[in-house]
Amino acid sequence: MTDRAARPGSATPPADAGGVASSRPTPRKKHYSMLSRGDKLTLWLMAGIPTLIVSVFILLPTAASIVLSFTSWNGIGGLGAIKFIGLKNYTDLVNIYQPFFPALTHNLIWLAFFLLIATPLGMFFAVLLDKNIRGTRIYQSALYMPVVLSLAIIGFIWQLIYAPEQGLLNNLLGRTAQGNQISWLGDPGLNLWAILVAASWRQVGYVMVLYLAGLKSFDPVLREAASIDGASEVQSFFRVVFPVMRPINIVILVITVIESLRAFDLAFITNKGLNGLELLSTLVTNNILGETSRIGFGSAIAVVLLVISVGPIIFYLFRALREENQ
Amino acid sequence: MSKIVSGTAARQKKLRRAGLQAFLITMSVIWLLPLLWAVYTSFRPYAETAKYGYVSIAGTYSLDNYSNSFTQGDLPKYFLNTVIILVPAVILVLFLSSMMAFTVSRYSWRFNLILLMVFSGANLLPPQVIITPLFRMFLVLPMFSPLSDNGVLYDQYVGITLIHVAFQMGFCTFVLSNYMKTIPKALNEAAVVDGASVWKTYWTIILPLTRPALAALATLQVTWIYNDFFWALVLMNHGARFPITSALNNLKGQFFTDNNLVAAGSVLVAIPTLIVFFALQKQFVSGLTLGSTKE
Repeated sequence: MTDRAARPGSATPPADAGGVASSRPTPRKKHYSMLSRGDKLTLWLMAGIPTLIVSVFILLPTAASIVLSFTSWNGIGGLGAIKFIGLKNYTDLVNIYQPFFPALTHNLIWLAFFLLIATPLGMFFAVLLDKNIRGTRIYQSALYMPVVLSLAIIGFIWQLIYAPEQGLLNNLLGRTAQGNQISWLGDPGLNLWAILVAASWRQVGYVMVLYLAGLKSFDPVLREAASIDGASEVQSFFRVVFPVMRPINIVILVITVIESLRAFDLAFITNKGLNGLELLSTLVTNNILGETSRIGFGSAIAVVLLVISVGPIIFYLFRALREENQ
Repeated sequence: MSKIVSGTAARQKKLRRAGLQAFLITMSVIWLLPLLWAVYTSFRPYAETAKYGYVSIAGTYSLDNYSNSFTQGDLPKYFLNTVIILVPAVILVLFLSSMMAFTVSRYSWRFNLILLMVFSGANLLPPQVIITPLFRMFLVLPMFSPLSDNGVLYDQYVGITLIHVAFQMGFCTFVLSNYMKTIPKALNEAAVVDGASVWKTYWTIILPLTRPALAALATLQVTWIYNDFFWALVLMNHGARFPITSALNNLKGQFFTDNNLVAAGSVLVAIPTLIVFFALQKQFVSGLTLGSTKE
């Protein structure tokens, strides 16, 4: 870092190009600069335009979500009609709004299902495929194919399996007669698990691809050394491979958490995220799409989602960037 | 003695390999089953599946469901909507994020770390976190014609393109700046000595060297933006303007209970991404892993 700072090319143009991350411009290294005025302007624009877009469309709405969550605004009467009401939206959320705790619970179940079943299964497949046995590429393609499909399509494909009368599953189970059907997607005690299976169909392949790439870059000499020392395959994986794969394990952990919090499409496609499929994301969306959009209240739900997501995001970024600088 | 041991060991190893093969074949078949089932159903007329049951092989097979879902579902219109949103979005996001990555990776700024973090963080947020204020913003943010026929971003292709660009920029910048850091700094200095401007260095030296990463990202972005269901759902009003993935939900209503039509429609919409899967698998995978591992 210090090495780079001393370079002539690093003449530190004001980074405040887009209006975020604002601070004083830095004219003090001026004499160092080999960059012409035109070059400086170019750099300003090259960084400024992307920064402006991200600021306006992502950062500003994020900040606005937080501010609006303390207000009662229904969108009528312009910004002047915004009234601050303190924490009332949050207390209403907890005390009055019935779908809130089911949604929170479903998000946590989603996360647990991914963490305990889908992600380990994907890692397991990666380890098996890493053995380079015959047909590996075909198996790999089969497992990873769902990753390119949209979750909306995945919802449709699995409806062909879960449908009460026409679906594959009930047909195989002989439960297609009226009154005898299993309502996989309609029963609030079943439907979350049914769509978690569909979601895992994709997640397993995703994790498999990422982990396999990590394993390929793993030095085989280490594992050979372990096996010469008499370690079984299982031992050599858990004692040697897994610890060395720590960076990629963390990437996969964070991806799992974030994908769980982002869960939306499958629940919304199935039944608009109602009746057993409530998630924080569907509550926010239904609040906007509904007849009476309560902006302050919807923002409060969004902030709950934000607070849960920010931890893993920051954890991930600090790690990624710290490694970067080493 | 040792010969006997190694003999049984070899046999054991062979047996284990066979078991592993059997297991992987079973899992692959299970994994392919949902899609194969959709394809199979899509070839059968509704009347016959109703008569013989879905789990049967009797009856005829045809492409009728495909032509029906294509015309009844108005699929060409929605495919076109997707193209209108997708093509400029992918070009813009790669162009802008390569410029951003160029400045943060080739010129050391005090803020480059912070900027990179903010960018990447923005990309990881669940979209629902920002959607409530974003929806209000889209109702008032002005956009000129012909890009907008109502004067604002709401309910316009350009609005959906822009939000894709903003949302994907973090990931692309992160990947590209990692990639650009592997290009020797000396190239920059040589260019400066030759009197090349910053823009020329970017456009004629660095960008061509970044081509492999750009190709991988383009593949990934085409798939992701094509697959997006959420933005248009909230930020568009006219169902007729929906991109194909968001329009699927409306198709479900039109096809009501005809699962065979739903199957054909799903397969049709999946085809572009399946082409990506078969033709550009390597690009796709390398794009995914570029973001998670460093060479």
